Amino acid sequence: MNAIEVRGVTVASEVGTALDSVSLQVPAGAYVAIVGPNGSGKTTLLRCIAGLLRPTSGEVRVFGKDPSTDPPRCIGYVPQRKGLDLRFPALAIELVASGKIRRWPSRCSGELKEQALAALRTVGAEHLAWRSLSALSGGEVQRVYLARALIRKAKILLLDEPASGIDARGEETMLRVLDAIHQGRQTTILTVTHDLDLTIHHAESCLVLNRRVEFFGPSGDESLLEALGRSFGHGRHSHRGF
Amino acid sequence: MLEYGFMQRALLAGLLLALAGGYLGVFVVQRRMAFLTDGLAHSAFGGVALALLLGWPPLLLALPGTFAVSLGIVALGRRTRLSNDTAIGVFFATSVALGIVLLSRKQGSTGDAMAYLFGSIVLIGPQELLLAAILFMATLALVPQWGRWALEGCDPELARTDGLRPERSEHVLAGALALVVVASVKLVGAVLAMAFLIVPAATARLWSRTLLGQTVGSVLLAVAAVVLGLWGSYRFDLPSGPAIVLAQAALFFVATIRPRSRGFRRHGDPLGAVGAADGTDG
Repeated sequence: MNAIEVRGVTVASEVGTALDSVSLQVPAGAYVAIVGPNGSGKTTLLRCIAGLLRPTSGEVRVFGKDPSTDPPRCIGYVPQRKGLDLRFPALAIELVASGKIRRWPSRCSGELKEQALAALRTVGAEHLAWRSLSALSGGEVQRVYLARALIRKAKILLLDEPASGIDARGEETMLRVLDAIHQGRQTTILTVTHDLDLTIHHAESCLVLNRRVEFFGPSGDESLLEALGRSFGHGRHSHRGF
Repeated sequence: MLEYGFMQRALLAGLLLALAGGYLGVFVVQRRMAFLTDGLAHSAFGGVALALLLGWPPLLLALPGTFAVSLGIVALGRRTRLSNDTAIGVFFATSVALGIVLLSRKQGSTGDAMAYLFGSIVLIGPQELLLAAILFMATLALVPQWGRWALEGCDPELARTDGLRPERSEHVLAGALALVVVASVKLVGAVLAMAFLIVPAATARLWSRTLLGQTVGSVLLAVAAVVLGLWGSYRFDLPSGPAIVLAQAALFFVATIRPRSRGFRRHGDPLGAVGAADGTDG
């Protein structure tokens, strides 16, 4: 069964075309790394799948439903650029708990508290639980957002550069966490990344996007390097920081 | 002072307004809608002026007029490239200019206009008291929205992925603000109406680590300011509306003296934190 189906999706605006007739099918339980140069439509694709953006043409289905009209409850989304208002008086545990109940908790206690703490523990951030969001660094906020996505035991995780702001050790931890979630819960994971070296060893499949699909297949496929070269405009790619 | 009927009515109306304004004010501060409330207050002035010219009860025009302006501001900001504060500025200037032009056409209306600009809570009658009660009930009906509005305010995009609709809530909130502003116009005047929606919530924010704490604090501070302000007005023979606002301001400045350090951002001020969430300072 396909978790995600993208059929001929084009997203165009007055500033240009972000996605051009993109089609792909992601089976349930797949772990896909999405790579591509800046402005290649990676974030736009994730936003379409999350139901945050309606395509200009084409259609997206998440477990058979249109996410733009029927927001899927099975998705955990970690955006690249957080809309988080740091003036908001909140504790990290409250943000995580809000992922479970889909509204802001008036207080975190009982089972909700335990679940939020467990999600934070999973990403190595339990010590942040009672800290104000405004006192967290970018990397710490990233972990809290990931914990928020995990608390709902989502069937699909959409991660837009989840390692941004996280140090190398933290990134390794996060990738191990994603591995465990993927294998333990059969969660479908789509992660946008600029760090192919690490991701290629964790993700089973790779999607090379450059407004169109340049490549979508196993991470070990030989034609992946060729697709990367085409997308980045040179014969060979650098593994870190495209 | 409570042996006088006018003081009883003033206290009751002030408390109802404090409860409504204190609650909604949290979202005004959180969503940075302070300028919107100012714009709405001045829009109410335009409606009042038109009603005075026509000889109608002022609130009869001010209420629908301000409500329409609130929706217009949100719609203009959303459908054009103009930012919300620009749209507010356009309505703000237009309403004040309209009000002045209308009043200039009616002789002897300056005193009435001043009453609506600066308020007269001790002169309110049963009708205004009823309006305050309606406003309170309407606000009470919005309390169940607290959790959704809070999540939308914290991160609107995240809220959308949870199936919430921040745009819809913005319209409801703007409409509720219009109601509070119009009621405040009679109680404390158009010029000071915004204070009810900003000062108690801003004061509570200085000392709160959670939104629930800010909400409870805002309501309690708003209530305390009404009691203090009316007492000061009675005791020292001061205009009641400004006395209430001065009480709010006094509480605010006391709160700024020694805010708890844990309410502050680690390397910055609590109301000016920027940048940490964009992944740049990991």
